[in-house]
Amino acid sequence: MFGLRTMLLATTGAVCLGATAPALAFCGFFVGQADASLFNDASKVVMVRDGDRTTINMLNDYKGDLKAFALVVPVPEVLQKDQVKTPHRALFDRIDAYSAPRLAEYYDRNPCARQYPQARARVMAKPAAKMKPGSREADLGVTIEAQYTVGPYDIVILSAEQSDGLETWLLQNGYRIPKGASRALAPYIKQDMKFFVARINLEEQEKTGSEFLAPLQFSFHSPRFMLPIRLGMINARGPQDLVLWVLTRNGRVETTNYRTVKLPANMDIPTYIKSDQKQDFRHFYRALFDEQAKRQQYRVVFTEYFWDMAWCDPCAASPLSAQELRNLGVDWVTSARRSRFNSTAQPVRVTRLHVRYTPETFPEDLMLQETADRQNYQTRYVLRHAAKVVPDACPAAGDYLKKVLDRNEKEAQTLASLTGWDVNEIRAKMNLVPPPDSWRDLRRHFRGHP
Amino acid sequence: MMDVDQAASAGRLQERFPRFVPVDRAWASNSLDPRVYQILFLGALLLIGAVLCDFSLKLEQVALTFAAGLAMQFACVRALKLKSVGVLSAVITCLGLSILLRADSAWAHPLAACIAIGAKFVVRVNGKHLFNPANLGVVTGLVLLPGAWVSSGQWGSDLAYAAWFVALGSIVTNRARRMDISWFFLACYLGLITCRVVYLEQGLAVFLHQLQNGALLLFAFFMISDPMTIPNRRRVRFAYAAIVAVIAFIWQFYLFKPNGLIWALFTASPLVPLFDWVMPGVRFQWTRGAAPPPARKGIPAR
Repeated sequence: MFGLRTMLLATTGAVCLGATAPALAFCGFFVGQADASLFNDASKVVMVRDGDRTTINMLNDYKGDLKAFALVVPVPEVLQKDQVKTPHRALFDRIDAYSAPRLAEYYDRNPCARQYPQARARVMAKPAAKMKPGSREADLGVTIEAQYTVGPYDIVILSAEQSDGLETWLLQNGYRIPKGASRALAPYIKQDMKFFVARINLEEQEKTGSEFLAPLQFSFHSPRFMLPIRLGMINARGPQDLVLWVLTRNGRVETTNYRTVKLPANMDIPTYIKSDQKQDFRHFYRALFDEQAKRQQYRVVFTEYFWDMAWCDPCAASPLSAQELRNLGVDWVTSARRSRFNSTAQPVRVTRLHVRYTPETFPEDLMLQETADRQNYQTRYVLRHAAKVVPDACPAAGDYLKKVLDRNEKEAQTLASLTGWDVNEIRAKMNLVPPPDSWRDLRRHFRGHP
Repeated sequence: MMDVDQAASAGRLQERFPRFVPVDRAWASNSLDPRVYQILFLGALLLIGAVLCDFSLKLEQVALTFAAGLAMQFACVRALKLKSVGVLSAVITCLGLSILLRADSAWAHPLAACIAIGAKFVVRVNGKHLFNPANLGVVTGLVLLPGAWVSSGQWGSDLAYAAWFVALGSIVTNRARRMDISWFFLACYLGLITCRVVYLEQGLAVFLHQLQNGALLLFAFFMISDPMTIPNRRRVRFAYAAIVAVIAFIWQFYLFKPNGLIWALFTASPLVPLFDWVMPGVRFQWTRGAAPPPARKGIPAR
């Protein structure tokens, strides 16, 4: 840790997703009966990968009529009841808070002080994320491979021979299929994948006493390290967001069929970001992500965080406990974890990926690989508070204040470049005078203006 | 065509400087080593990648790769008392490793470069080195060196980059007179991809996404086309390209493992001496002066 004190602000949800238009983002698609309004602003998925074993945790933020809810996800094998679980919703908040983009705060020492006090560092977690979030089978070539109830979900695992048949089966059983579903389903059927279809058992849901849907978790063995996202794009309106956490033993995870880039981070930004009403850290990060995604034309996957789960520096929230990790499907963590900085005990590394995609820019599912990269990375932004000193307090004060002014100008330009905000508006908030424009002065000189 | 004055001035220059060769004549007589162009193009790619594509590559990694690679080349040449130093090949290997290999430490790149270039002198069959040095370096990095990996998605699929690769690659391989294998390999591999896309009813967008993959084009035009590590006879080269394409396809789409192209070339390399033994052909030489005369000008040796 850097300094004396660490202050943590509560974090909620993931970032910047509340601003996007409601869309049907998910690894599968939601289907509903007529006129049901379906909302799922951003998908949140926690994936655990160890060898051939994959566990996928999905969080829904479905807000429509529960009777109309259903979820269809392609899976590589027939899942039995013991492979499906409903983990606690709070696990998503925990991993989100731990890996959230963060704001660190430092104080300059007084240039006139003889004994320099240590710099104080304060860390605020990004107000991370208010990411809102959230018969005739044989004739049709559809086989019900398994059928069971887990938590509030009635689940069927289907295999199909023809996409038309599957579409018909779903229609006959009361699911409203988005237009074009058959075409999107076909590639998965041809690859001999099964379909995990879940809908709400209203009685069981009532027993939970919660208005939110529990996350779904399923595990399987497969050499494919991928996340199906194409089904969720069938009736997408505008870009969709996905935040994907991948927990692995060895290294950072990236996509092999799209570019994976790190967000610009670890930069100094103006101190008013801490408390400004219209441009606080939450607004800042949302604007930054919007701007960067747009600049990359919605064609890349962004890395927001990669760290050894045993520690953090600075911490936005404490690392997940062994029990929490096990609940997410990390089965190689066996005993209680030791001290916070004992990173060798049980290696769990978390990669947080954030994608904003459109059907045109992401024509294929996300293919993933675990690299050997172990260099920690975080989206951290830094506030540097200037010391309060008057120009003639001591000989060093004048130089110091000039440096602070230069630094502030640089911070304003950084902020403008990161977010696309107007640099003059930023300067006004910082009480900065725009620096002289030498080209403009030269032009004026030749035109004879004063 | 040079006019009379130009010819006269070139003649005078040559009298004063016996080693002077006018550029256009050098080009026409094919005496400029094609590897010079390859170095220029790979260097441009590295620069574009590092600046525009945000390759996670550090300057010191590139510098150490070159330092170690060239030192290894000189050491081997000296130890084996060879006449030609072969700096160009070593530079190409170092460029290839810098473009393809990623590492979270500073020592992985130079070590891979040493192994790649060392193997060129040690692992030889019938007077030809067995493995493409850059390919071997990358495989070594993946298997033996902790903290090294290949980012096959690093190029993205921007059409502009794809066009760049094809254009640059065509010229290089054309000058190296082994362009046939690049095009044949691309035809085979993309043919397989097309079959898969049609079978899975995936649509044109998926095919175009595969087609625009920078890594595929880089492999086709700068790696498999290396004339020293492919069969000498033309028809056999086609068979070899087809085998590499099939292995890469199976690796990626049926075994679901990354870096199919790299592994395919590595696993198929031992077939080259076998092919050369069963169906021998004229061996390629980089510089024409040292080469045995080809059958006819402009037609690849058979």
